[in-house]
Amino acid sequence: MKIIVCIKRVVDTETRVKIGADGKSIDLGGVQFITAPYDEMAVEKAIQLRDEAGEGSVTVVTVGPAAATKELRTALAMGADEALHAVTEEHLGPNATAAALQAALGDRAFDLILCGKQATDEDDAAVGPLLAAGLGLPCVAFVHSLTVAAGHAIVEREIDGETEILEVDLPAVLTAQKGLAEPRYPGLKGIMAAKKKPLESVPAEVTDGPTEVRALELPPARSAMVTIEPTPAGMQTLLTALRQEKKVL
Amino acid sequence: MADILIYLETAQSSDGAALKKPAAEVATAGRALADALGGRLVAVITGSVAPEGVLGRHGVDEVLHVEGDAFGRHLLDAQAAALEAAMADVEPASVLLAATVLGKELSAFVAGRTGRALISDATSVGADGTQVVASKPKYAGKAMAQIAATRPSIVSLRPNAVPAAENPREAATRTLAVEAPAARVRLREVVPSAETQLELTEADIIVSGGRGIGGPDAWDEILGLASALGAAHGASRAVVDAGWRPHAEQVGQTGKTVSPKLYVACGISGAIQHLAGMSSSKVIVAVNKDPEAPIFKVADYGIVGDVHDVLPMLSEAAGSFLAG
Ligand SMILES: Cc1cc2nc3c(=O)[nH]c(=O)nc-3n(C[C@H](O)[C@H](O)[C@H](O)COP(=O)(O)OP(=O)(O)OC[C@H]3O[C@@H](n4cnc5c(N)ncnc54)[C@H](O)[C@@H]3O)c2cc1C
Repeated sequence: MKIIVCIKRVVDTETRVKIGADGKSIDLGGVQFITAPYDEMAVEKAIQLRDEAGEGSVTVVTVGPAAATKELRTALAMGADEALHAVTEEHLGPNATAAALQAALGDRAFDLILCGKQATDEDDAAVGPLLAAGLGLPCVAFVHSLTVAAGHAIVEREIDGETEILEVDLPAVLTAQKGLAEPRYPGLKGIMAAKKKPLESVPAEVTDGPTEVRALELPPARSAMVTIEPTPAGMQTLLTALRQEKKVL
Repeated sequence: MADILIYLETAQSSDGAALKKPAAEVATAGRALADALGGRLVAVITGSVAPEGVLGRHGVDEVLHVEGDAFGRHLLDAQAAALEAAMADVEPASVLLAATVLGKELSAFVAGRTGRALISDATSVGADGTQVVASKPKYAGKAMAQIAATRPSIVSLRPNAVPAAENPREAATRTLAVEAPAARVRLREVVPSAETQLELTEADIIVSGGRGIGGPDAWDEILGLASALGAAHGASRAVVDAGWRPHAEQVGQTGKTVSPKLYVACGISGAIQHLAGMSSSKVIVAVNKDPEAPIFKVADYGIVGDVHDVLPMLSEAAGSFLAG
């Protein structure tokens, strides 16, 4: 079972966003970076699948800046076997990211590609299905359960409050929703071992993306809060305001 | 190439086929974009739904209907084939659909297969000359990006972001014959959830509870207020992690992103990851006993008090207020 996991270096979810001088991206000064949370779940699941099968390998791949070596090393420390880094300092949109991933994978053989359902910076939820399309593979996005059998996988996902159980031919591209696996913290042994694991860097093949960011702005500030007394009269005031001023009731 | 194509998802409920709520919103956005570009608005629908009337009301000029058992339930390969057939027929400048789970998957998959520019989870879409330009939240809503497509595009629209408007006309229907592709993804089973509630992302009103509710037994206070307001109910991650409520109800960065008309946060501190999922709500009401709780920074109305006092009081007042 050869599994490829696509991961992304993103700004920490705690980050207070400031707009950069170009007006199109965020100011990265003092910002902490992490592996996108859903990508970590995908890495964990891949390691578990390999260990349950007792054979195979987990390759983590990223398209991103030179500094993303840190996130790749973390995945290796969790237990992935090797890493592939397609390096670019450019900020890529979803189409270009998927194209660069596909180019980096080249003609590597694999049974399964796992991605996080979305990276928590762009929030596009797009790279998994775009990559599947580019590779001509079937795709199921947002899976919270996955088991592998001969030639296919059984996955579950939630649609409109119902759980769909789907069977998908392998190889396939699946994207991880919360619940798929709880990422482990790499131990000291893992961190030491990761230093010796193979990490291959190649320049990313950057194509002109078909989208361009024209501007990035902070969302409009919300109006000042009105304090409501925790009394029956206060509740009346609130309900009246919601109906008459805000027109939401 | 000035026409706009909209793909409308049908509900996946085991109760049968019906257009999903965002259909009218997608049609409204599509109509405005078609007018801006000087084109027609064409809708593609699949399976056993026949909603020309509804669509005409929201400005659709023509409905393409893809029939057949393979297109009934949403399975990606078949839906992609149906959408691509409609795209080949209409050659639209842009394709719009709802940014639901299935809509996000389908839009990216088809964008990859047809080489179209993808803008995912937009909150508005318009035209600048002949270029399609959309706004979309990034960094979990902490910033808004303006994105222009330099090629024909596919744009998914966040539910509840564009208000549906009427624009009546006669929508003609045409059947589009599409051969079902080999299904590489097959449905084995659908397990209905124990409790049915309106999909959170589509709800107009959401009442959410946090750790401040105190435990699963006290959740009746959340359900009571939700029922009094005709609302869906959500939860913070602390509540989901504690096992009080299922993950399907989690709002926030690793849960659902919602933008209802009214969001009532009860006993929720307002951590940045929670705000990520709800700060685009039109009106926010917060109930918290800590006057310094960060949730009050985004709230339009704040009630400093104990949820166990305030929620029953608000439920009762809402019950008679809305009945009267
Ligand atoms: C990567 C990552 C992703 C995350 N994703 C999410 C996410 O998707 N969604 C999410 O919600 N969180 C998420 N979190 C967690 C987030 O940081 C907070 O821990 C979480 O939102 C806290 O939930 P809470 O507000 O219910 O609990 P707490 O922070 O414990 O707050 C409880 C609040 O209730 C108030 N309270 C207590 N008792 C009462 C009472 N009797 N009456 C009135 N008020 C009372 C308290 O004053 C307090 O403000 C994420 C964190 C990380 C690191």
